[in-house]
Amino acid sequence: MSRQYKVVSCTINGKKVEKTVDVRASLTDMLRDDYRLTSVKKGCEVGECGACNVLIDGECFNSCIYLAVWAQGKEILTLEGLAGPNGEISDIQQAFIDEAAVQCGFCTPGFIMSAVEILEAKREFSDDEIRKLMSGHLCRCTGYENIFRAVKKTMLRRLGKEREAEEV
Amino acid sequence: MYDIKALYEAESVEHAIRLLTEHPEAQIIAGGSDVLVQMREGKRAGKELVSIYGIDAMRGVRYEEDGAIRIGSLTSFSHITKDPIIKKHINVLGEAVDMVGGPQIRNIGTIGGNTCNGVTSADSASTLFAWDAIVEITGPKGGRRIPIHDFYISAGKVDLRPGELQTAILIPKIAYEGYRGHYIKYAMRNAMDIATTGCSVNVRLSADKKIMEDVRIAYGVAGPVPMRALSAEGRAKGTPVAKENIQTFAQAVLEDINPRDSWRASRAFRRHIAVVLAERALKESIRLAGGEVNE
Repeated sequence: MSRQYKVVSCTINGKKVEKTVDVRASLTDMLRDDYRLTSVKKGCEVGECGACNVLIDGECFNSCIYLAVWAQGKEILTLEGLAGPNGEISDIQQAFIDEAAVQCGFCTPGFIMSAVEILEAKREFSDDEIRKLMSGHLCRCTGYENIFRAVKKTMLRRLGKEREAEEV
Repeated sequence: MYDIKALYEAESVEHAIRLLTEHPEAQIIAGGSDVLVQMREGKRAGKELVSIYGIDAMRGVRYEEDGAIRIGSLTSFSHITKDPIIKKHINVLGEAVDMVGGPQIRNIGTIGGNTCNGVTSADSASTLFAWDAIVEITGPKGGRRIPIHDFYISAGKVDLRPGELQTAILIPKIAYEGYRGHYIKYAMRNAMDIATTGCSVNVRLSADKKIMEDVRIAYGVAGPVPMRALSAEGRAKGTPVAKENIQTFAQAVLEDINPRDSWRASRAFRRHIAVVLAERALKESIRLAGGEVNE
């Protein structure tokens, strides 16, 4: 069987891009190998750990079980896309640092992208809702409490509830 | 990289049928959360795939002319849960598919894939059985519609003939109007887990909310394929809303179900929880339908 390729054009982190990809590639393969977006981690590669999580048209997907060719015409956001114009990190990333929600860091980009979907909804979620929305990720170092606090604090701060955020 | 022999991307249902006819060995891939994982495990490695993921016409929920609810087979679990038509008439289906895997899986996983897999543990299947769902299949000879009960042939095998694909799932108006239901998934974890047993019940009460005019119950993982518990339904139909009748109904499921021993749970344990789940799910369905059970 000869190799099969396809041109895939999409928007990645706000930039229109186009590359010829092997049809056997997962979106993780394409983002890491063709675009050098290495925040997208290869963890379990079967859609269980969430380390490869990215936003596609505003929804979270495990890019390891998403064919690269399906990205045609889609808008993709990876952790790299959260950086400010001068490379500043975003509030949710800073919150992960402040809350010590990072140890080895392997699961962090995936967790943060799920947090971004929560934050982009621009509404207040209950603790149980946050836990459920973050449940598609595995962290083997820190446990989940610090991660939960980082997400909840950032959600409250973005909603202007500075005092409630301090009490989390 | 996946071990894919060749990938054919369908742009329409007709195109998919043509591709499936031209490549009879090919496997259909919808969202891929099962097919790609099995490919990674080696089970489906080296296969040709016909991707139907790009067929947007197969997405979304709408009413048919006769009032039936039509769910496009490619509609993702999360979109079913958020859909206003589902929320209004069969909220339990939205709740059931909100228990599949985790958030990312619910964004990629489709209701068509969940049923075409033919697995007994599919969170959508027991609820679809309990609501008399109809499966729409389209193929080289046109379309056909069959009850979901007939769609499942045996574990892992569904009634899809060469060149055919499932294009929609329908809930007839007569099956949803006036009914309220509840699904309970019994599993070890709250996320990323497969049901040890799943139980979906719905009820239609009389106008005064005193009589259970109709009761329907279906299980996942109570047999090789999802199933209804018809003896139990017969026992409850037409009886007053009362604790004793609910208990009689719940006990009667044991006449219908046939769970097995597996590493997840024993047959004895599954039989035990099947009764408990039936009672709880019927009580909650009655409450949702506006009835009251005196304890």
